Amino acid sequence: MSALLTVDQLRVRFGTRRRGTEVLHGVGFEIAESETLGLVGESGSGKTTIGRAVLGLVKASGGSIRFDGQDITSAGRRQRRALAKDIQVVFQDPYSSLNPAMAIGDILSEPLLLQGVTRRDARARVRTLLDQVGLPADTADRRPQEFSGGQRQRIAIARALAPEPRLIVCDEPVSALDLTTQARVLDLLREIQQRTKVAYLFISHDLAVVRHISDRACVLYRGDVVETGQVGQVISHPEHPYTQRLILASPVADPDRQAERRRQRRELLGSRPGGASA
Amino acid sequence: MSTLIPDPADQQISTVGRRSVWRQLLRDPQAIITGLIIVVLSIIGLLSPLISPHGPNAASLDAINAHPGTPGYLLGGDESGRDILSRLFYSLQTSLIAAVIGAGVALVIGVVAGLIGGYFGSAVRSGTEWLFSLILTFPGLITLIVLLPLTGGDYRWTMLVLGVLLSPGTYRIVRNLVLSVKKELYIDAARVSGLSDIRILGRHVLFSVRGPIIVNTAFLMGSAIASQSGLAFLGVGAKDVPSFGLMIYSGFNNIYAEPLQFVWPCVALGVYTGSMVLFGNSLRDAFSGPRPKRQKIAQGLKVATTAIPTAVGAASVARADEPMLAVEDLGISFPGTSGAREVVKGVSLTVDQGEVVGLVGESGSGKTQTAFAVLGVLAPEARVTRGSVRLEGRELVGLSESELRSLRGRVVSYIPQEPMSNLDPSFTVGAQLSERARRTLKLSRRAARQTVLDLLARVEIPDPERVFRSYPHEISGGMAQRVLIAGAVASRPRLLIADEPTTALDVTVQAEILDLLRDLQKEFGMAILLVTHNFGVVADICDRIAVMQGGEIVETGTTREVFHTPKHAYTRGLLDAILDESSDGDARTVGAGR
Repeated sequence: MSALLTVDQLRVRFGTRRRGTEVLHGVGFEIAESETLGLVGESGSGKTTIGRAVLGLVKASGGSIRFDGQDITSAGRRQRRALAKDIQVVFQDPYSSLNPAMAIGDILSEPLLLQGVTRRDARARVRTLLDQVGLPADTADRRPQEFSGGQRQRIAIARALAPEPRLIVCDEPVSALDLTTQARVLDLLREIQQRTKVAYLFISHDLAVVRHISDRACVLYRGDVVETGQVGQVISHPEHPYTQRLILASPVADPDRQAERRRQRRELLGSRPGGASA
Repeated sequence: MSTLIPDPADQQISTVGRRSVWRQLLRDPQAIITGLIIVVLSIIGLLSPLISPHGPNAASLDAINAHPGTPGYLLGGDESGRDILSRLFYSLQTSLIAAVIGAGVALVIGVVAGLIGGYFGSAVRSGTEWLFSLILTFPGLITLIVLLPLTGGDYRWTMLVLGVLLSPGTYRIVRNLVLSVKKELYIDAARVSGLSDIRILGRHVLFSVRGPIIVNTAFLMGSAIASQSGLAFLGVGAKDVPSFGLMIYSGFNNIYAEPLQFVWPCVALGVYTGSMVLFGNSLRDAFSGPRPKRQKIAQGLKVATTAIPTAVGAASVARADEPMLAVEDLGISFPGTSGAREVVKGVSLTVDQGEVVGLVGESGSGKTQTAFAVLGVLAPEARVTRGSVRLEGRELVGLSESELRSLRGRVVSYIPQEPMSNLDPSFTVGAQLSERARRTLKLSRRAARQTVLDLLARVEIPDPERVFRSYPHEISGGMAQRVLIAGAVASRPRLLIADEPTTALDVTVQAEILDLLRDLQKEFGMAILLVTHNFGVVADICDRIAVMQGGEIVETGTTREVFHTPKHAYTRGLLDAILDESSDGDARTVGAGR
């Protein structure tokens, strides 16, 4: 299985060289074609920064990012534009990720026109895309503010799908959505993957969501990968103490099983002095 | 309720599309009148060579100081025998050209530099900042007069220089707007799509900031005209170009003989520039959206006039057998664009002494409004349309703000969703908690300090002394939530209302906060009403659950009952949508069929 994306010893620093802080201390992972890698971590773990580094939105201060054998760690504008066809993104906040001043049709066709698609073909493609994400065709003429959070996230997914990418970075795509909407958007992502063979780098703080959508999972803690493996393995038999703590802290939606989990968690923490680490 | 999913009510006013700007303008009489004046006067100015009865400098000895109404000289002649009406028309043309050049130059320089300075890094920005600060230091009118030899007295060159002098204002507006737009995710999305910086600036950034620029243009045009007239009045520039300034000057000289000669240009100039400024004001109002109707800010639980407050005052005496909290048939409405909109539609709910009840629902279900009604902190425009809220038998609906305040903090307390935004950043944690303790518990300064330190220790903060002295930005989100919990339980309330208390926190911190709440609840025997969308949290801590949908409670029961044998289809749907991490990884289509 050849890797589509290989991240190796990636380091990212924010701030100036002398007074900066390193937020990623050499993380590494691989994603194969049509695979979903879940990136789990809490706030400050650096999971979003990894996604932004892959997208070229933050600079790496060390290590390498390779896409399809090609080094893209410090890709220039021209290389980025070529990569835009292959790597796309769905952001967390569906309210800020769509330009409120533009009609949905323009939002979706903009990247296509940039790739050299004719206006007429772009319009036809927009219709197909809207259909794929389950939105009516007249959506194209309307503006983002006329849609709910779940619908907007569908539009954002359609935008990401427009150039038929091979990898989509999904940065907490469902954490701003209601429970039922969340399930439907995840189903949509799965279905798209089955059809288009796209790979996902799926970033989330929610273990249940990652378990649901990922093939493999990668657990991050304060800028380091602490555990990587098949998602079922990582969640049912976590090896690293942090992963264990994370899993036992996530509440189960069942009063009896949650009581059991709480007991286990207290047992695990019992070995440590003091309960609070917040 | 998640912060990212605003209430439908918020959404209606938060965004203003292009169409609604037009609609708003057409509804504003000031915009219509001033807009028409500007258009008509500008057309007259443009057509002045065609419609003027005389040339601007054509003088006739017969017309010297001719009275208004003289044949061929409708408004009379001036001291040199030139037709005043024709000169007014030509002056309009001069003003229009001055406005277009002055505002145009200011806009082009200010907008381009503002986009560049705002969008690119801080190195570029400090360059543009420096340049425009320098321009700002030039004294406007004096610079224009000193530069007269350079401009050769041609007002168009003068306006060009004026445009440069006016550009810092536009630059600052644009730069600030761009700095905030740059953080929007759609700009990142455009960069991921491979759009060049110039395209992003032109298509995404400029488009988003166009409103204030358009508004600014109206003001710029007004001030360009005023400057041009002022200079002409002072005698700076060519004498053969008709302008309001020159006309006012000549009328001024003749004010005793023919006072009307002075009035005509003053009125024309005033109306033209005044219309531009007023039109700019209308534009600004239109871009900022429909103005909310002014409402008298009063607090407390206000009853709609249509409601019949049957329960009000009827059961105001506490009875021993009353539950801690009894909400009955509660209705809450908000004024909307098409009449009042009911967001809570007849909710009934009880919380017994020492019981933990979860109020569960998706965004917009009305769960937060229900909780706010119990606290008596509904938004000022909200109205209780029906029903009653009884706290230990005491009716809250209809109580005044001061009566409610005496209950809050003593009987009922509140933990918010966003711990950070509920702490004042300019005071230390200790100062905020002490002040609250002194007020609700009537303690001395020293006693309050000790009480607060004890409480901080009680909520398992490792170093209470340090946290007491810290400002909110110096502590983590989980710590801030502990601080707020300490504040909420300071007065030993009998009912604690927690609105998504752990939603903004990491799961490991969430688990600790839930443990803390559980311990405090047992220790103090408090009842808790927990508003949440998270079934995991409910399963962890709640004794009973009430499920809300669309402003109504669709199901209530003990936690075990609702989880194991949900009765209502909506509850079943919600429970099915839960992504259980222990569910089989292959059965991955959970939302299928809905």
